[in-house]
Amino acid sequence: MNSRKVEVLVGMFVALAAAALIMLALKVADRGISGNGETYVLKAKFDNIGGLKVRSPIKVGGVVVGRVGSISLDEDDFSPVVTLVIGKEFDKFPSTSSVSILTSGLLGEQYIGLQPGFMLEDDDILKPGQFIEDTKSALVLEDLIGQFLFSRGND
Amino acid sequence: MEDLVSVNNLTFSRGQRVIYQDISLRLAKGKTTAIMGPSGIGKTTLLKLIGGQLRPDSGDIVFKGESIPKMRRSRLFEVRRHMSMLFQSGALFTDMTVFDNVAFPLREHTRLSEELIRLLVLMKLQAVGLRGAADMLPSELSGGMARRAALARAIALDPELIMYDEPFAGQDPISMGVLVKLIKELNNALNLTSVVVTHDVTEVMSIADYVYILADKKIIGEGTPEQIRAHESPMVQQFLLGRADGPVPFHFPAQNLEQQLLERR
Amino acid sequence: MEWFARLGRSTLEISAGLGRAAYLLVGALFAKPQLKNIPLTIKQIYVVGVQSLLIIVVSGAFIGMVMALQGYTVLVDYGAEESLGPMVALSLLRELGPVVTALLFAGRAGSALTAEIGLMKATEQLSSLEMMAVDPLRRVIAPRLWAGIIAMPMLAVIFSAVGILGGQAVGVDWLGVDAGSYWSVMQASVEFEKDVGNGIIKSLVFAFIVTWIAVYKGYDSIPTSEGISKATTETVVYSSLAVLGVDFVLTALMFGTH
Repeated sequence: MNSRKVEVLVGMFVALAAAALIMLALKVADRGISGNGETYVLKAKFDNIGGLKVRSPIKVGGVVVGRVGSISLDEDDFSPVVTLVIGKEFDKFPSTSSVSILTSGLLGEQYIGLQPGFMLEDDDILKPGQFIEDTKSALVLEDLIGQFLFSRGND
Repeated sequence: MEDLVSVNNLTFSRGQRVIYQDISLRLAKGKTTAIMGPSGIGKTTLLKLIGGQLRPDSGDIVFKGESIPKMRRSRLFEVRRHMSMLFQSGALFTDMTVFDNVAFPLREHTRLSEELIRLLVLMKLQAVGLRGAADMLPSELSGGMARRAALARAIALDPELIMYDEPFAGQDPISMGVLVKLIKELNNALNLTSVVVTHDVTEVMSIADYVYILADKKIIGEGTPEQIRAHESPMVQQFLLGRADGPVPFHFPAQNLEQQLLERR
Repeated sequence: MEWFARLGRSTLEISAGLGRAAYLLVGALFAKPQLKNIPLTIKQIYVVGVQSLLIIVVSGAFIGMVMALQGYTVLVDYGAEESLGPMVALSLLRELGPVVTALLFAGRAGSALTAEIGLMKATEQLSSLEMMAVDPLRRVIAPRLWAGIIAMPMLAVIFSAVGILGGQAVGVDWLGVDAGSYWSVMQASVEFEKDVGNGIIKSLVFAFIVTWIAVYKGYDSIPTSEGISKATTETVVYSSLAVLGVDFVLTALMFGTH
């Protein structure tokens, strides 16, 4: 085994490992779209967040624009406050936008759907740290079933 | 006569077992010294002590006026460039050709150009008669050839002291003759100091200038080959003539035979 | 009384062994770096890395395929088969990639390292290096140690990537999970730093442990055929146990608390 051949094979080995790492970064972890870019923060107060978790995606029309940064409880009115970490390139949401907690599929993971509102004035956009007023809470399956049975009973 | 190495009152033990008890010997510069003795008494250990791979329990080993056991590791490595050792197995690097093996110490310790290294290596290989085997791997060599290749490697840096560990063990008569001739010639041509550790009496008596005989942790006889042949000690005579029984007993220490056979379990 | 004596003796023996292992590590890793060692290290990366590639790729592919098959049969009952992607990817990246690679590496490369160094000791090659004023720690041990530490994380990354592709082959191409959801749900739940990054850190730690044990066991072996075979077995056993134990600790530190 001459050293030239060894060097070439080791070089190919390193290249293969680099390719595998790039695949893990781009195709598996999707690092290219979010995670390394600059972000800003919005806040939203819900009645019930259901199964929402830190790192759950935030989607606009199905496109991921950010992730849930943290979840805490407001100390005054005991309602959950969700911090939304959104990519800097999506910084033009009107202040009339609404957020709701949705579920992908019947039993899938929960995410935040952001519904952009109408632009009333030019500078009326959501600023970093601002609260989104219009929120819809998570649908809790037990509540739904209860409501369904209740409305059946009324018929 | 000047001494290159002197061993003074050396005691060494491995675990509980004492190997040397207060021995002293000297290797005269430019001469071939033989150290003989029955197998299993740790003759190789003595070479490792001189090379600084082992440390004595007490006593001193002086190489060119410097104490080997007291040296720092870095100094020891510098000193070792002036000594070299031919191991019993040859200890060639199995993943390199004969050429690269001989070139190894030159590449490690000198900044010579590849061209010059090639010349030197070919000369060393010529000296041991293996120039034609330069591109072979150690696994392709016979035992005698491997030992000659190792010898070429050992003299690559022109050492002052060369230690041969059982150079004749397990060799056919021709290889043995070749090795005897090589040791003698190298000693004269390169003005080396040689020390040969062996139990092959006839071969070594023909090349040694001075002989030490070790047995039972001590030196039991020393002198020129003539003095040794005429030595009055029965132990020395037993060793030289190869008698099965004598002061060095045939039987390993054991209880009385009759007693053991009749003993009931 | 005898029991205490035995406890004391084995404590002393273990401490002495750890001391020798630490001495070897310091001598090999913190030696003055030498330019001459780079080609030696590359050669060792070839021996421990490139030559382990086949077993890593084949095992990675099969483990990914089996996980997809097993995961699918469970997830499909809950109609959650689009979670197959994250299931396969997360278990590979966080656990199976680093751990199985380390175990395979111990069996394939670690045992070979031990046997090679043990044989070099038995054939007096290490002794003869010392007598040629070349430090065997620097010349023999250091390149092998570095090669292992460099090669194993690369093997683990390749293992995970191949496993995820194997999972796709079974989950998407055979069982019919939607390709888009396999990848996109995976992308939504895998984080680069937390999952890929921590997996690589784990793998680096395992590489260090396995290679260290392998070279130490070879260097410290009794230079007889029996001693070398014992050392080789010990390399595989000790490094596998160490990897599994350390994996628990690392997992607890990395993923244990939120």
